[in-house]
Amino acid sequence: MSTINLDRGLIAGADGGTTTAPAKAPLNYLNCESTVASWLLTLDHKRIGLLYLVGITAMFILGGTFASLIRFELLTPKGDVLSGDSYNKTFTAHGVVMIFLFLIPSIPAVLGNFLLPIMIGTKDVAFPRLNLMSFYLYVGGGIFLSLALLFGGVDTGWTFYTPLSSSYANGNVMAAALGVFIIGFSSILTGLNFIVTIHRMRAPGMTWFRMPLFVWAMYATSLVQVLGTPVVAITVSLLGFERILGVGIFDPRLGGDPILFQHMFWFYSHPAVYIMIIPSLGVASELVTTFSRKGIFGYEIIACSSIAIAIFGFIVWAHHMFTSGISPYAAMVFSFLTFSVAIPSGIKVFSWLATMFKGSISYASPMMFFFGFIGLFTIGGMTGLFLSTLGTDIHLHDTYFVVAHFHYIMVGGAIMGYMGGMHYWWPKITGKMYSELWSKVSAALIFVGFNFTFFPQFFLGYLGMPRRYHEYPEELQVLNVLSTVGASVLALGYILPLLYLPGSLFFGAKAPKNPWGASTLEWTECESPPHPHNFESNPPIPDHVYDYSQLSKEAVRVSH
Amino acid sequence: MVNSMFASEFQLFPTQASSVAPAVDLLTLFILAVNVGITVLVMVLLVVFAILFRRKSESDLPKAIHGNVPLEIFWTAIPSVVCLVMFFWGVKVWSEIVVAPRDATEIYVVGRQWMWKLQHPGGQREINSLHIPVGSTFKMIVTAEDVIHSFSIPDFRVKVDAVPGRYSQMWFTATKPGKYHLYCTEFCGTEHSRMIGWVHVMEREDYSRWLNEQAEGGDGLQGRKLFTKLQCITCHSDANKAPLLEEIFRKEREIGFMDGKPVAPGTRVLAAESYLRESIRYPNAKIHRGFSYPSIMPVYDRDLVSEEELLQLITYIRSLKQGDTPARTEETPSPQPTAGGEKTFAAPGSGNK
Ligand code: HEC
Ligand SMILES: [Cu+2]
Ligand SMILES: [Cu+2]
Repeated sequence: MSTINLDRGLIAGADGGTTTAPAKAPLNYLNCESTVASWLLTLDHKRIGLLYLVGITAMFILGGTFASLIRFELLTPKGDVLSGDSYNKTFTAHGVVMIFLFLIPSIPAVLGNFLLPIMIGTKDVAFPRLNLMSFYLYVGGGIFLSLALLFGGVDTGWTFYTPLSSSYANGNVMAAALGVFIIGFSSILTGLNFIVTIHRMRAPGMTWFRMPLFVWAMYATSLVQVLGTPVVAITVSLLGFERILGVGIFDPRLGGDPILFQHMFWFYSHPAVYIMIIPSLGVASELVTTFSRKGIFGYEIIACSSIAIAIFGFIVWAHHMFTSGISPYAAMVFSFLTFSVAIPSGIKVFSWLATMFKGSISYASPMMFFFGFIGLFTIGGMTGLFLSTLGTDIHLHDTYFVVAHFHYIMVGGAIMGYMGGMHYWWPKITGKMYSELWSKVSAALIFVGFNFTFFPQFFLGYLGMPRRYHEYPEELQVLNVLSTVGASVLALGYILPLLYLPGSLFFGAKAPKNPWGASTLEWTECESPPHPHNFESNPPIPDHVYDYSQLSKEAVRVSH
Repeated sequence: MVNSMFASEFQLFPTQASSVAPAVDLLTLFILAVNVGITVLVMVLLVVFAILFRRKSESDLPKAIHGNVPLEIFWTAIPSVVCLVMFFWGVKVWSEIVVAPRDATEIYVVGRQWMWKLQHPGGQREINSLHIPVGSTFKMIVTAEDVIHSFSIPDFRVKVDAVPGRYSQMWFTATKPGKYHLYCTEFCGTEHSRMIGWVHVMEREDYSRWLNEQAEGGDGLQGRKLFTKLQCITCHSDANKAPLLEEIFRKEREIGFMDGKPVAPGTRVLAAESYLRESIRYPNAKIHRGFSYPSIMPVYDRDLVSEEELLQLITYIRSLKQGDTPARTEETPSPQPTAGGEKTFAAPGSGNK
């Protein structure tokens, strides 16, 4: 194995195990070794992060293609592009790919892997081999799942509700379930790795309340991954017992209870929403302080609200089941608890605004994504109130209102945050600057396209258009056409970065060490791109993580 | 014009066609006001701050504000109070939606891949359509034959899942004559988006005309035939063998065993649809007081009686008046004596917890 040999202590000098770097460029994690094996078998958290980046980008393109097919079909009320069956398989594939193969791994596996060790001043995660193993579980599960969805297909929706999935659907339900099961372990192992890393590997002087808020967000996310994911693994296993062995668990014909499946499924899948959004909230905290060049408002509260959201996230699952006949008392309790999740999210938004107040706000492109993020996340969060309120949820449940709401959170919020993070850390990851102009165009297109796509769906939902409809009444066409047109603009906004970001590798200017004038370790103590071991020696840890007065004048000057 | 280019009646908000719709819409408006208020506040602050505090010089170094307790209490407390208002108001509107008035006329609904079968109390049956008069209150008793479906009438602002193996309820009073969409909102397989229909809300005269036009031979009759065909009659016409089923609907029935265990004397259950359903599907779940456990009554599972037939049987039992039970005839000979078929009495009080 020719992976780079990381000795366990922080090294000060050259590394005997690595091949020599080109004479001019200083040694970094990209040029230290270049064999294929040095990438595919790497134990370096930064390289693993990049491997994930390739994987999830491919999945994003796949999931996006399915989304385009859906929007294309919905251009007209009749089912003309796809048959009913293929339409159902398409939206199932869209949901499964986007959720399990893109959103859940996105920020944690790419940015988290790359940044978490650096941000806490260490040279790798606690278990580098486990880290590589999670990646290959992701790849294995991902290929398995994609093949199951593409060849044969699954027509149960990503929710796999029983008894449809256990006794009626005829697609590759079991293969897909197995794929989800495998991916789940990838997610659990990443979470476990991060938790141990944060507990055990912080550099001397890096106390809990000196950690960047992104690390707090990773910690909260990891907790949910480790505690929630096993439940979905159990659920799909039970589904397997029923489907293959005919053991009655969920199907009433076999003496089972279909509602039990919903409880188990949402016990994981509601927290899974937080696996997707909390990391973006973490990114947003980093962006707002850096680009306002001002310490964050309410550091402790933001840190703790991430944990609070993660914990509350576990006790609200039945808000997906208000019409399914759960007891009235349960419905009231779950409605009440759901409101309690709204509060910490609100606190975060207000704290970000307070951070901007009297700051020195830069309009660099990551900040543009942050602006877009705030807009979309706020609308997404606020419209959730219609769904947590019992009186209105009955009407809105399972309609396009829900579709619009969760896309505002999961695409508007989570992906916008991911884009902001990618643009923020791209110079650090690759050592290259991308085009400011094109990235701003992309941010604008995404924001506008997104609103055009999903805002009309709130109206469609209130009018009663059910989710997962292949055909719909004619009077709903105008709004659907608007939505499809918006989706085209949105797609353009997503295609652009797929061009200019890789393009920057060839044409981009060399990135300075700290182009944004940020205060966290990856910018102040690490080169762009970082050394294979991140730091030459233990980095000094400042008392306050977002203290810009400590920045050297040069660092402040190079920023724009 | 866009409107004429695309099809008919473009609208942005649904019609208010039921008695609960105004309450739901009012609550929606309240939440919408809160939504707009907070979203606009956030957006305005964002834009104003972004412009006012834009970076003027590269050497800007604003001072950090680490927190402000009164401000933080303010923006935690106000949203909490607003949320509490929403919660309670939501519960109030919801209890209006889910608690059916007592005098509601019951309509049975069975969802199956991919159609809705509805059955009126008079036995009239419909598929994918529902005719009702304006101003009367109806209660839907909803179940499913195969997978989960959901019965939704957006213009009435009501919806309930049709879950196999259970009866769910939903009620409404239509307030405006017209034709309204009926959807299945829970994904149920290939033809999910074709599991739709219309609710026709008619003026009373039109409704009674429609009722008369419907052919004879409703479910009461169907149920009566089944009652004979499935041999129910062989036991249930003889009070010594099995309880008579005359006028038992919605009466309290005293039971002797529940889930195989004797229960205290005086334990009663309401003989509503779900009880009758359970008595037929799983006779042993609850045993009428005075009869032995296990019950001699055969288990009528789905292979013997479909959900639809089950509802026909229930309709028939509901309609059974005192002394109406048909006599046993030659076509329905006495069943083979079954094990434990002897009538035994559970010793009073025995095995009480
Ligand atoms: C072999 C005799 C037998 C046959 C056939 C039979 N039952 Fe029963 N049934 C009983 C007995 C005995 C009981 C009382 C014990 C119990 O609750 O199971 C009973 C109870 C019931 C009850 C509950 C009544 C109450 O007072 O609580 C209903 C309803 C019922 N049967 C309906 C039916 C229907 C409908 C059929 C035909 C599809 C049927 N039965 C066929 C013997 C029979
Ligand atoms: Cu949820
Ligand atoms: Cu259906």
